[in-house]
This record gives sequence, C-alpha cells and structure tokens, in this order.
Amino acid sequence: MNLLIEMFAYDFMLRALVVGVAIALVAALIGVPLVLRRSSMIGDGLSHAAFGACALALAVGVMPTIPALIIVLLASFLILQISRNRKIYSDALIAILSVSSLAIGVLAISLAGGINIDLNSYLFGSILSVGYEDVAISLILALIVVILYIVLFKKIFAVTFDAEFAKSIDIKVNLYDAIFAAICSVVVVIGMKLLGALLVSGLIIFPALIAMRLVKTFRGVVVAASVISIVGFLLGLILSYVLALPTGATIVAVDLIFLLLAIILDRCC
Amino acid sequence: MKNEILKLEKLTLGFGDNIVIKSADLSIKQSDFVCVVGANGSGKSTLIKGALGLIKPMSGRVFLKDDLKIGYLPQETNFEVNFPATVREIVMSGVLNKMGRRVFYNSDDYKLMTEKLKLLKIVGIQKKTFSELSGGQKQKVLLARALMATSELLILDEPSNNLDYKSRQEFYEILLKLNHEGLTIIMITHDLDVEDLIGNKVVAIQKGEIKEFTTVKYLEKFK
Repeated sequence: MNLLIEMFAYDFMLRALVVGVAIALVAALIGVPLVLRRSSMIGDGLSHAAFGACALALAVGVMPTIPALIIVLLASFLILQISRNRKIYSDALIAILSVSSLAIGVLAISLAGGINIDLNSYLFGSILSVGYEDVAISLILALIVVILYIVLFKKIFAVTFDAEFAKSIDIKVNLYDAIFAAICSVVVVIGMKLLGALLVSGLIIFPALIAMRLVKTFRGVVVAASVISIVGFLLGLILSYVLALPTGATIVAVDLIFLLLAIILDRCC
Repeated sequence: MKNEILKLEKLTLGFGDNIVIKSADLSIKQSDFVCVVGANGSGKSTLIKGALGLIKPMSGRVFLKDDLKIGYLPQETNFEVNFPATVREIVMSGVLNKMGRRVFYNSDDYKLMTEKLKLLKIVGIQKKTFSELSGGQKQKVLLARALMATSELLILDEPSNNLDYKSRQEFYEILLKLNHEGLTIIMITHDLDVEDLIGNKVVAIQKGEIKEFTTVKYLEKFK
C-alpha cells in the first residue's frame, strides 16, 4: 500500500495511470472486433505511421501529437479504402505503410541532425512524455467509446460476426469500419507515448486473444478483454516502477504471460 | 406486376472490368420458391448479392417492394470457426433491422426468437456456442437469424453445403413448410443437383446470362 502511495505521489505517474487505464480500456474494446475480423495488424501499421509522423513533426520543430493524429487518421482511412479493393493485398499494404513510415521517420531524424530524447520516447515509450492534454484526450475518448459500445453493442456484434449479413439488414458496415479505424488511430497516437510505437499494438491485440481463450460468448469476451487489459496495464506499470524496467515492455511482457497462462488454462479445462 | 416483390431489370454485375452477370432480367413474385443453379464461378452468389444490394451494379436496377425486409443466409465458409458467440447472441442479431432507434431487445424480440427456435427445433441449444454445433445445427441457427429479419423474402446461398443427407432433407422440409405459409424463397443450390430443386422456379446461369424455367421444364431439359 505504501508503495502505491509513494508511486502515485508523483504527478507524472498519476497522469500515466489515468491515460493508461483509459487507453487500455479503449484498446481492448476495439481490439475484440479487430482481432475477430482479422484486422488487428492495422494497429501495428498505424503505430509505425505514427512514429514517422512524430519524427517528421519533431524534425521541423512542431509538437507531434496533433500532426501525428491527423496523419494516422488519414493512413487508417487509406488502409480501409484500399483494403476494399480486391486487387490489392491489404496485409502487404500495411507492411508497406509500416516500413515506409519507419524509413521516413529515420530520414527525418537524420536530416534534422540525429535522434533526440523526444523521438526515443515515441519509439520505446516513456511515462514522462504523457502530458495533461493526453489525459484530457484519453478520458474523452474512453467516455465516447464506452457510450458508443453500449448504444451500438448489438450492431458491433452483428458486423463482427458476419459483415455480409449485417449489410443485408442495412447496417452501415463501412461506417463502423471507419469509426473503428478512427478510434484505433487515437489509441495508437496516445498509447504510443506510454508504450512506444513498437509495442503499442500489443494493447489492442493481447487482451482480445487472452479473453477469447477464457470466455466463449461475445459479450463475455468484450468484458473480460477490458478487465484483462486494465489489470495487465496496472500490473505492468507497478512492476516497471518497482523493478526500474521500461514501462511499455513490462506491460507487454505481463500481457504475454497472461496469454500463455490462458492458453494453458484453455488446454487443461 | 401484381404480387411482385423483387425485380431485376437489365442488371449487370461484376468486379473491375470483369462482367459476371450480363443484363439480367428477373421477376420474383410473392410465395415463389426459386432455385438458382449454375456451375462453380458462374455468378450465382454475385447475382443474389446484387439483388441484396451488397454489390453495386455496373448498370441496370434492382426494384424491391416498399419496406421489404430480407433475411439472408450466407455461405457457411464466411464464418470464423472459433468465433465466441452463443446461439442466442447470433439469432437475436437478426432482429436488428426491426429495432429502429431502440438500443436494447424487448420482450417481443425474445418471443420471436423462441418462436423461431421452436420452429427449427433448436430451443435446447440456445446457450451453446457456435463452434460447438454440428453443420446442420449451424445452418438452422443461421436460418433462425434470417427468419428473425423477415417474414417476406428469404435468400439462401448454398445452404445444403456440408449437410449430410438426413440434415439436408430436414432442412428442405422446413423451407417448404415456410414457403407454403407464404414466405418467398430464393436459394442457390449445386449445379444440376436434382434433389435440391424443390421450388417452383429455376434460374439457371450460364456464361453470365440467366434463364428462367419452371422446375418441371428445367428437369425435363436436364433429363
């Protein structure tokens, strides 16, 4: 208990806690439909795009959050639009987006005169980089997503289970895809500060995969993924503080252990 | 035309430059039971997806009766094998086209579900997950979902796939019963599989063109 009081006596830890819990919840909520529709790699692609955008912004001396958000949103809509075209392989497209963004980021750093501390924090995550605007954005986002989820839960299920049937009963599947891509973009840009561009997609993918091993109803998976995501984040944050480890990597490692335990539990029961 | 609920007029469908269905004309009347036949890749699924509005026509038009609700049963291959969903969650999602701005299901929706599950004799499996079910049970669950969406027009894409002989016969008996009660049915079935031609009309697709027969006439031609 004393440890927790000591931890959260720091302002930056409190900000990281609020942002982390909010982003972990939202990431789990959007992660379930993305994983079930085999679209979870979109998070990985977008995180690399976010890195490229941040690098560019820092290279020209601009605060990176808003430019990154705009570029990642555009990238997500581009991925959606092109993935509907049967002539293009969407996984290849995401891979191209990832490597191109990394290349642009590295070139921007090089042209600006080498890597600086801000960029490092975007690559590997840093709880120190979480500002008050991130607290506001993540809380508003979490509120919007939770309300959307409650109101649209049944339609989200229908779209996730069978998009063709959903279209046949006049559910606007493309609009749902666009909303999920937009939410995914915000999760990636804000979550990237905590976990880093290379790890943030773990927040989207792990909770859904773990929950699917433990629960067999859609509603159950959504609830379980949300709880697992928040618990994994909290445990990772505390462990990283106690053991002086990088926060993002510790959170992902905790999620990996949860997944392995869930697989063992699923096989044994 | 009287009692017409769906009409295709010079409908051309395809992907990119590839035309799959050329200038199709078709009229479906209330209580018709239409079997759509054709070789693999002939455009059977494309035709019904065009009728459902899932594919944008290259040219031509689809006319639907005002406020027509359609129940659609897609091919089973579309589904994730281990999707975490109960029979109840899946069947209830069929009623979403009747909910308007309502957020939660009401008692009438649940009554309708029980009615459909009883009709298909699957009340006992409503708490089971989709992945636990046999092929026949899965098809009944998807049929129940489609019936939640409509009492007017049911469109089925190769529903007898992966069904054994007994399950198929049972499934067709249910469809015939529903059709006799007034439900219009359009069903894609395997090419030239005589046992599947249980309706009153056959639409045959060959080289992108469609031809309409009565079932009797089609079977005579086939023999």
